Amino acid sequence: MTATTATTAGMLSPYRVLDLTDERGLLCGRILGDLGADVIQIEPPGGSTARRLAPFYRDEPTAENSLYWWAYAANKRGITLDVACADGQALLKRLVASAHFLIESGRPGEMAAMGLSYETLAKINPQLIVVSITPFGQTGPYADYLASDLVGMGMGGFMYVTGEPDRAPMRVGFPHFYLHGSAAGAAGAMLAHSQRVLTGEGQHIDVSCQESVARALANSLAGYVVEGAVIMRQGSYRQTGADAYMRITWPCKDGFVNFQFSGGSSSGQSVNNFVRWMADEGMPDEYMLSLDFKAMGYGAVNKETMDRIVPPVSRFIRERTKQQLFDGAIERRILLFPVATLADIRENTQLEARQFFRTERSPEFDADLTLLGPFARASATPLKGGSMPPRVGQHNAEIYVRELGLTPSDLVGLAGAGVI
Amino acid sequence: MKRPLENLKVLDFCWVVAGPMTTGYLAEYGATVVRVESRRRPDPLTTSPPSRGKDGVRSGYYANYSANKYALGLNLGDPRAIAIVKRMVEWADLVSENFTPGTMERLGLGYDELRKIKPDLVMFSSSMLGRGGALSKLPGFGAVLSSLSGMTAITGWADGDPTNPYGAYTDFIAPRFGCAAMLAALDHRRRTGEGQHIDMSQLESALQFIAPLVLDYANNGREGRRTGNRHEAAAPHGAFPCKGEDRWVTITCMNDAQWLALRGALGDPAWMQEARFQTLLGRKHDEDELEARLAEITQSWEPEALMHALQAAGVPAGLVLSNKGVIEDPQLGHRGHFVYYDKPQIGRHPVQRSEFRLSKAEAAKNWPTPFIGEHTRHVCREILGMSEAEIDPLIADGVLEVPDAALLAGG
Repeated sequence: MTATTATTAGMLSPYRVLDLTDERGLLCGRILGDLGADVIQIEPPGGSTARRLAPFYRDEPTAENSLYWWAYAANKRGITLDVACADGQALLKRLVASAHFLIESGRPGEMAAMGLSYETLAKINPQLIVVSITPFGQTGPYADYLASDLVGMGMGGFMYVTGEPDRAPMRVGFPHFYLHGSAAGAAGAMLAHSQRVLTGEGQHIDVSCQESVARALANSLAGYVVEGAVIMRQGSYRQTGADAYMRITWPCKDGFVNFQFSGGSSSGQSVNNFVRWMADEGMPDEYMLSLDFKAMGYGAVNKETMDRIVPPVSRFIRERTKQQLFDGAIERRILLFPVATLADIRENTQLEARQFFRTERSPEFDADLTLLGPFARASATPLKGGSMPPRVGQHNAEIYVRELGLTPSDLVGLAGAGVI
Repeated sequence: MKRPLENLKVLDFCWVVAGPMTTGYLAEYGATVVRVESRRRPDPLTTSPPSRGKDGVRSGYYANYSANKYALGLNLGDPRAIAIVKRMVEWADLVSENFTPGTMERLGLGYDELRKIKPDLVMFSSSMLGRGGALSKLPGFGAVLSSLSGMTAITGWADGDPTNPYGAYTDFIAPRFGCAAMLAALDHRRRTGEGQHIDMSQLESALQFIAPLVLDYANNGREGRRTGNRHEAAAPHGAFPCKGEDRWVTITCMNDAQWLALRGALGDPAWMQEARFQTLLGRKHDEDELEARLAEITQSWEPEALMHALQAAGVPAGLVLSNKGVIEDPQLGHRGHFVYYDKPQIGRHPVQRSEFRLSKAEAAKNWPTPFIGEHTRHVCREILGMSEAEIDPLIADGVLEVPDAALLAGG
């Protein structure tokens, strides 16, 4: 493996990634692709299961219309290959010889059962980095447990603290369990790559989506170990400690706003500014004016104080629209934001100023499509934003014939045999 | 065993969560990360629960993200401190910060300034809304960004209000993207000699996590809906109550085979055999009833026993773990997810490891998150080559900061 020197392309342009994942790992390769790597998405013949995931463009549930696929298979080339059969495995191994990364999201042992374990692949290419994304990791008591998104978000501890206190725990409204693990996998891949630069060796990365979700638990884990506090879900509030709360969401005239009512150097100043605003608008509250929220700890307001504060603040917010509140917040440096709907996001002036959304003409759909921008900007080697993802088998000829040296008639044979 | 980043030098201005968690990966894997902070404007997280002291350095939350980093205390309001920063920039490969845009520039430490000192510098800037645009300089936190990024609006019961995902949710999304990007930029520099400035908008990285819904609105005009724990292509798909106080198990049947397995594991009661429950569309049509009947059964189960029984039958099912449950979880324990440090000023506290294990890389477990300025003398001596005679007056003048002796003594 010799990395060629990049000139104008992306940060990772010398590197090739083989992406065997389905919806449980697509984002990992997408991130490396955004950073400029040549990512080859390898789908089973007929197409990835991720192509069945809603929502669908024009509400047509076909393989090329899945917006899930559009979002997470962009910036990749696409080939089909049945890696469960001997011909598929042989072709994969030929691809592995010149690859720098391989990402897979099979169950623990699934790759090994196909003769594609890390050890086997490393014999072909010792510099290869293999990223395995699984719900709970490769080993351990739950390693073989099945996990849908809901199961994973519960096992990661995130559901218990999200939702209403008098109802069942709640998952985030879009499946995030595997996205957390997949994004973490990209960070792990780059760490392993940094080591490969030093040693010339690849390695195996074992990503646990459960650990990835558990990392999103903020202060609640230390809260239990240090104080013994079991943190409950609190609806529009957030419990931050044994007797410490924040109010987060508030209904306003035309929707909801997020106003983190808390102490702390920044939040506390914001709350002080808000209390001043209420007074200026003819709703002074003597109790709140007597407090200095900046002097309180971040997230350290107790329940009793919170209960006295909420009624007057609620009244003030309820009488105003999202826009009025946001405008006032900007003017007075208050940390208050609309609870944005998708429409609000599409019209967000900051996203517009940064040209986050862009339009691409699609000949296939005979339409102008709106796509999202990149996850970050870089001054020398810009990242790729959204683009149209590969169609099923779109790059089969390009990769198998032009790059791997198969003949067109080989391709016909492999297609007929269901290998590609 | 090697550490992947043992040659990497990082000057780190990051604070709160999104930044320090990003550079936390680097410190865990061997980089020398020097964290610059001032007691005059401490990281807001230093006073966040759980905290044993009021002096702003004892929070267990704060302690989760900066283990294995060096702490350099600097009063950036003093020009002598800025001069020290610039010497550190000559040393560093990477400068990281997540202040509100404009802050570093105001200190004379913007990218354009720093690249004059170090032309091939990689600088990583992460902020709520990114650079450029009228709202760029709005201050904010992950907890509000959950709302600005649409996460709050789509989370909640179909008949209820928007629900904020717990905590500073987007703060834990951005670091994975950020870590990958900064290491990629460093690799580009290694190969080409070219440095650069990365400008990460945490809103734009968070939107990648709901990109299909954003595409749905932008191209189909469909607004997001809250659907609780339900799934359009599966039933049952929810959290069900078990024995004990506030104990729940998630049960999801993603296909007919899993439904049949669920029937078997629960003794195949007559209602589960009814024809209307044998198809996905039938189960979706009568999902309220399905959930209510299932809950009657699960209430008589211990949650652990139910999870094990359903998993043994091939049904995706799991505990809904509380923070206590996560700390005690045997799987996370098996993976060594938590590293415990006992620092008397904070109390015995967990530090979470990264989400992956690298087969040939050793993770650092050297020291817990330092107090502000805990390594000031060390950094000045070892990295900048300063003598005690140079260091002491700067400490006396408050340019360099060190922790109080009483605090270090465990007070």
